[in-house]
Amino acid sequence: MCTTCGCGTGEVQIEGHDHHHGHAHSHTHDDSDHEHSHDHHHHEHSEQSQDIHYGTGPAHAHAPGLSQSRMVEIEQNILGKNDEYAKENRRYFTDNGILTLNLVSSPGSGKTTLLTRTINDLKQDLLLSVIEGDQQTTHDAERIRETGVSAIQINTGKGCHLDAHMVGHAMENLKPEKGSVLFVENVGNLVCPAAFDLGEAHKVAILSVTEGEDKALKYPDMFFAADIMLLNKIDLLPYLEFNVEKCIEYARRVNPDIQVLQVSATTGEGMDTWYQWLQASRQMRLIGRADILSTDKSQKLVSV
Amino acid sequence: MHEMSLCEGILQVIEAEAQKQKFTEVKQVVLDIGVLSGVEISALEFAFEVVMRGSVAENAILKINQIEAQAWCMPCSETVTIKQRFDACPNCESYQLQVSSGDEMKIKELEVD
Repeated sequence: MCTTCGCGTGEVQIEGHDHHHGHAHSHTHDDSDHEHSHDHHHHEHSEQSQDIHYGTGPAHAHAPGLSQSRMVEIEQNILGKNDEYAKENRRYFTDNGILTLNLVSSPGSGKTTLLTRTINDLKQDLLLSVIEGDQQTTHDAERIRETGVSAIQINTGKGCHLDAHMVGHAMENLKPEKGSVLFVENVGNLVCPAAFDLGEAHKVAILSVTEGEDKALKYPDMFFAADIMLLNKIDLLPYLEFNVEKCIEYARRVNPDIQVLQVSATTGEGMDTWYQWLQASRQMRLIGRADILSTDKSQKLVSV
Repeated sequence: MHEMSLCEGILQVIEAEAQKQKFTEVKQVVLDIGVLSGVEISALEFAFEVVMRGSVAENAILKINQIEAQAWCMPCSETVTIKQRFDACPNCESYQLQVSSGDEMKIKELEVD
């Protein structure tokens, strides 16, 4: 593994990042030492604040009498490295007025369909771009590109989630524009992506009514981490035994603050509420950012 | 499944510390893992062994302190212990709980040579 930036798990492929970083940055992933140089994305984190106390001799009772052993207090978050990258991504997003949404769900909830419709409906008003995460294939990124919006695929290989480092690399190629909205479609998985901060403004959980109303209880970490839940495929409700109220109640048990919107990406029902939420979140983040608002494509919406 | 990534994260920290603090062998790794962290302890133990192979921590013993989860119950105005995120308050059965701990995932300390 690469100890400098940790990107050497060997399986991750980022479109346009194929072991060749295009700019002053080439490495082989089997090698343990390589150099990266990025604009916004530094790899030297070794000086992050780490409370290290040098323990002289075994400081605790479980290592008595071992002459040379010593205890080293680390107190470091296991995901500390990811969180550092996430912090850098977040700083970049904030500096550039980019609203980043991390879309999470189980496979088959209709994430890509929802995203494609969202893009088609909003691309006149907003600058948009997409990072697609899947284990394999570039199918989803191709579906997004058909809408005319730029998209980049990350294949995680054996990995079950996107991490902040992959997203940082993808951004070098994608270069999302100032004031834009960046959608990150995570790997379809309700477990692991909950733990990995990508630097996003919000996690958006998508749950479809064909999946069962108790999913929030079965996968509580994800629904706890999300700020909003889109209940998708509501056009199918007449054919299913799905109790919407119960589903929402379960989600609130896990996360009392979660906002729930009912939508159908196929018929378009309820999608306007999602767009309102998206516009409002974006504008909240752009308060006081005259540099970005002055050139805003959606200026007319600001004054609504 | 992300237990493997977590172990890779642990190894990165250990390797960085090994360089900085000049040790060549790790004998014990102590972790704090909260019950709400979503970490499956047995999967973590399995991945730990696999990931540490060939590293300074190859023979390290893994010790895990499981940290219980606490939440502030608004109706009761007191701290209660819960086992899952969606648990009701054990006293008043309200769901108005603010989880205050239990999602820890920390490398607490290393015993090194």
